[in-house]
Amino acid sequence: MRRYLPFLSLLAAATVPLWIQDPYFLNAFITTGIFIIAAMSLNLLLGYTGQLSLGHVAFFGIGAYTSALVSLGFNVELLGGIRIVHEPWPVWTGIVIGILVAGFFGYVVGKLSFRVRGAYFVIVTISFAEVARLIALNWVELTQGPLALNSIPPVTLGLPGLGYYDLYSKQSYFYLVLAVLAVSYVVISRLVNSRVGRAMVALKENESLAVSVGIDVTRYLVLAAVVSAGIAGAAGGLYAHYLKIIDPDVFLFVYTVTMVIMVITGGKGTLAGPVVGGLIFGFIPVFSRSFLGPELQWIIYGIFMILIVFVLPQGIVPAIERWFASPSPKPAALPAQAHVVETP
Amino acid sequence: MSAVHAIDTAQPALVLEHVAVHFGGLIAIADMSFTVYEGEVVSLIGPNGAGKTTAFNVVTGFMRPTQGTVKYRGTALTTLKPHQVAELGLVRTFQRSSVFQTVTVFENVMIGLHRRGESRLWDTLLALPNERRSERRLRERAAEILASVGIEHRAHDLAGSLAYGDQRLLGVAMALAADPSMLLLDEPVSGMNATETGRFMELLARLRRGGMTILLVEHDMPMVMGASDRIVVLNYGRIIAEGPPDDIRGNPEVIRAYLGEGVKKRARGS
Repeated sequence: MRRYLPFLSLLAAATVPLWIQDPYFLNAFITTGIFIIAAMSLNLLLGYTGQLSLGHVAFFGIGAYTSALVSLGFNVELLGGIRIVHEPWPVWTGIVIGILVAGFFGYVVGKLSFRVRGAYFVIVTISFAEVARLIALNWVELTQGPLALNSIPPVTLGLPGLGYYDLYSKQSYFYLVLAVLAVSYVVISRLVNSRVGRAMVALKENESLAVSVGIDVTRYLVLAAVVSAGIAGAAGGLYAHYLKIIDPDVFLFVYTVTMVIMVITGGKGTLAGPVVGGLIFGFIPVFSRSFLGPELQWIIYGIFMILIVFVLPQGIVPAIERWFASPSPKPAALPAQAHVVETP
Repeated sequence: MSAVHAIDTAQPALVLEHVAVHFGGLIAIADMSFTVYEGEVVSLIGPNGAGKTTAFNVVTGFMRPTQGTVKYRGTALTTLKPHQVAELGLVRTFQRSSVFQTVTVFENVMIGLHRRGESRLWDTLLALPNERRSERRLRERAAEILASVGIEHRAHDLAGSLAYGDQRLLGVAMALAADPSMLLLDEPVSGMNATETGRFMELLARLRRGGMTILLVEHDMPMVMGASDRIVVLNYGRIIAEGPPDDIRGNPEVIRAYLGEGVKKRARGS
């Protein structure tokens, strides 16, 4: 049963456009789906290698801007009067290049995580996202700065000879996001359930012990960072071509925080965690908006988050797994503990 | 004080030459030279703070020596990272936190088998047959290793839930999984009870018969005397004695280092 759960969830999700036609809710599903992909990518770093990158939105934003610029074309002058003119390319090449560029920055940040560890790494990643935002804001010739990049073309699907098909409808974007989500899930699950994933968990648990059996820290942390950044870049590309407009606010810290909340509440280091956390915290604002004022909405959001973290500190998915694994609490463990406490 | 005995005919495996480790003004190891030959069991003993664990850290790449060279089968180790040292076949265990607590015993050994994996990244991502073959071989090997140290009945329990002695055995199982040609064991029986120590001695004897070179740091003297071909005694970062167990047992300097001046006088007087 457990083996088929991801597949059944995918089938269930695929039926969503059949019973939800309301564009407002379908839009919520699409943006939530995009954020779930980003949260899944963060989980690979945070949950499996234990590296807290609080600049994760940088990869998302880099993917979004790269993909938008490749498909829109640009004309910029670099230092020294060299002019670079780029003609618009098909959208899919934009998304692929967006993934590669985000992956490259993932490589840089991954390499950095060896020079700086712990709190310093967190600060470096926050700064990285902030620098990316400032570049997007101030390199007006390339990014239009605060005016935002407009009229980003929609995703085009098609096979040569069979004609091309522009994705305009929300239904088609829903299926596109679902497909990318499924592929990302498969990539991450293959990685973490293999020798690579064991090496990552070993590094997170006890680095000295891991290297003593021959696990190369650099190799696996950088690999995790590259894959994670690439998937976040794919999410960013989808975001840009779905909304058709992006501004430097895609680099805001609050988006990283949203991803972290999704991962932590759902259960870091579990495959389903970011999906469950993402659905809950993607939809709380959507549902509460229809009957609550904006202040109350965010209070509800905060209360939910605090409740989950307090009651289920490991996250929702590990709690459910534990509940299924041991239906009855172990009675043997309790008297022994009580005995120790009572001993004067 | 050259230790002349039967093993001298064998090839040197691990060679330390004039190794020194200074932490600022503190001298952890002053000047240490010794050799471990292929197939030999050598113990490194000495009072607390004598520099035994530091020596281990230097050999396995966790620390750089201030001076001197360390060679394993002719390859200099002093510039290598710990995982590169492990790739040469020199694998250590740890005094504390010797297992991955939050994963199962079986998973621990699978992690230890990392070096044996044959699948590449593409095999993993695309779930190619090579991936499944490699994983199946690793699982079979993991089961064999667990059986060989005698904790196969705990395979699916969390490593953190094991009794202390079993955790130490698992630590050795993981080291063995990494396919070593030489094992460095850091106080493997500390905290074990007599039965557990007995089981561990049997395992050690079996490894030795299989031709494994072993360097042991240990406080348990009966075990050291019983298991070693040769003993190197450290005190204040210097080697004060070296030789077969029988020589070391009677060595006045060793007795002085361990028991102090007064005890020796009293022992002589009685």
